[in-house]
Amino acid sequence: MSDKAQPDEAPFDETQSGEAPEAEAAAPPAEDKNARAGIAAARASLADVRPEPGAPKQDAILNATGVRRAFGGLVAVDVAHLEVQRGTITALIGPNGAGKTTFFNLLTGFDRPSRGEWVFDGRRADRMRSYQVARAGMVRTFQLTKALTRMSVMDNMLIGAADQIGERFWAGLIPPLWKAQEAANRAKAMELLERFKLIDKREDYAGELSGGQRKLLEMARALMLDPKMVMLDEPMAGVNPALKQTLLEHIKNLREEGMTVLFVEHDMDMVHEIADWVAVMAAGQLITEGTPDQISADRRVIDAYLGAHHDAAQR
Amino acid sequence: MDWHFVFSQALTQAIGPTMLVYALGAIGLNLQFGYTGLLNFGQAAFAAVGAYGLALAVVAFGLPFWWGIIVGLGCAVVLALLMGIPTLRLRADYLAIVTIAAAEIVRRLFRATVWSEHTGGSDGMRGFSDPFFELNPLSEDATWTFAFLSMDSGRLTVDFGLFDLQYSHRDLWVMTIGWALVAFFCIVLALLVHSPWGRVLKGIREDEEAVRSLGKNVFAYKMQALVIGGLIGAVAGFVFALSRANVQPDTFSTDFTFYFYVVLILGGAARIFGPVLGAALFWFLYTIFSQGLSQAITADLISPELINQTQVGPLVFFLLGLGMVLLLIFRPQGILGNKRELMLDVR
Repeated sequence: MSDKAQPDEAPFDETQSGEAPEAEAAAPPAEDKNARAGIAAARASLADVRPEPGAPKQDAILNATGVRRAFGGLVAVDVAHLEVQRGTITALIGPNGAGKTTFFNLLTGFDRPSRGEWVFDGRRADRMRSYQVARAGMVRTFQLTKALTRMSVMDNMLIGAADQIGERFWAGLIPPLWKAQEAANRAKAMELLERFKLIDKREDYAGELSGGQRKLLEMARALMLDPKMVMLDEPMAGVNPALKQTLLEHIKNLREEGMTVLFVEHDMDMVHEIADWVAVMAAGQLITEGTPDQISADRRVIDAYLGAHHDAAQR
Repeated sequence: MDWHFVFSQALTQAIGPTMLVYALGAIGLNLQFGYTGLLNFGQAAFAAVGAYGLALAVVAFGLPFWWGIIVGLGCAVVLALLMGIPTLRLRADYLAIVTIAAAEIVRRLFRATVWSEHTGGSDGMRGFSDPFFELNPLSEDATWTFAFLSMDSGRLTVDFGLFDLQYSHRDLWVMTIGWALVAFFCIVLALLVHSPWGRVLKGIREDEEAVRSLGKNVFAYKMQALVIGGLIGAVAGFVFALSRANVQPDTFSTDFTFYFYVVLILGGAARIFGPVLGAALFWFLYTIFSQGLSQAITADLISPELINQTQVGPLVFFLLGLGMVLLLIFRPQGILGNKRELMLDVR
């Protein structure tokens, strides 16, 4: 990997770069100004959906039925039905041990269901392996960030690009076959690194980045695949408040670009701020769905988090 | 004490036929372990099936020499598939266990008395290398002198004054082919690890789940690395068998694999020239210690009461082990390795 400082330093000002700090400095006006199409469309598409578990959506990118995963006698996940509306940010919340991450692993092919089937973007996805799921357009990140530590930030990005000719063994031996594609991928990576403020770090090892920068890198790397749906497993875990705002902006941008986001989260404030729709899991089951406001008011959610008898205890 | 002799021997070994076997084996291991992170503890088995594939095809089945080479390579592919299919979807340590066991099984099979009329049992086989040496353009009784090179009835002496290198015409032919193979595989590996294919391998070494989440078929890449590394291991087996003109099952013991690891770590894993430098250094040090000690005893520099000639062998291995420990403490990345890279791993 010898391409050191390349003349790709050209700034990408026109794109979303420079937006995040602006939004950080003066969050409310910046947001109003950009009162963007994506969020309006997302909210509109969910306006008529009734807040009940398994509610049908008008254009579901993900449609799962009867998903069950048992570890011996323990049923970790048993979701009767869930639809995720295309172009929205959907939060998956629930108390510890509710089965959110297990459900996530099932959907992304990192675990096999005991039974159940789901359709992603018109294709049966429950028999796909994890890499096939990613190729189909559903790309995930991990709760514990997985940066490829002894590889440069740029290599971390480039490995993300899909359909690389040079990733075939024979083609790898013949650089002329893949040099052009590699250059195009590099340009795309530069653009994303610029947007995620990692451009100056591109020749550093990913292991030299801070925890927050690794989160950004992981998200940027996922975008190299041009996903249709981005699955974020606790994106805010262990992130400081300043970076949290930046990450929130990046997630909102995904929606503006037409991607669907499903994320697991604990922090209700964050869910309120960015989610269009919330699905709540408890004890492996989907107990309710709704807009963040509806969920906050829902008795079942409070019971699930605090236990059914908390009122009695307070009295 | 004959320092000239000690240095000459050490340097002769440092680029000689034996060193090439270890360099080739470690190059294969470098692709598997250094770049992909596969713990292959059965590289000796790949060398063994290569060597025995060639020997059996030529001696037992009477096939031509080149068919023997193809059989040897084919056996290495089959072995890689046999070991890889059940284990490469599992955690990394399963491959380690399976390869170390498979290597012993392979050695025991070649040693088994049941087939000893074909395999020679623990005595091994000979008589397959003649076609290889018939290709040797160097004649057995050439005698000439040119500057510091002199050829005396097939024995080449390169005289550098302070030391000289001496090789028989057979050694020279093995070395010609061996160095050509080392160069070839170094070039192939350099192309591969600098390609997107190699980038995926390094990604798998770092975190295979992450690579899987990016849409790469991790199992297929690991299998490719295991097969290609195994093929290079089989080539090491060819050179080993041909340079000795025989095969013997007990030379393919687990020690053989671990010397490949020593060579690789000494030179620097995940570096193209790491295995080559490591093998040269290993054989230089081994020879200088053993010849140096034995000369010192002969010259009465070391009292025979302290150590005698027969104790030199074990002592050399003790010293090499000590050297390995010191290397891992003071230069864990090996000679060519990248310190910065290694520090990240420790974190």
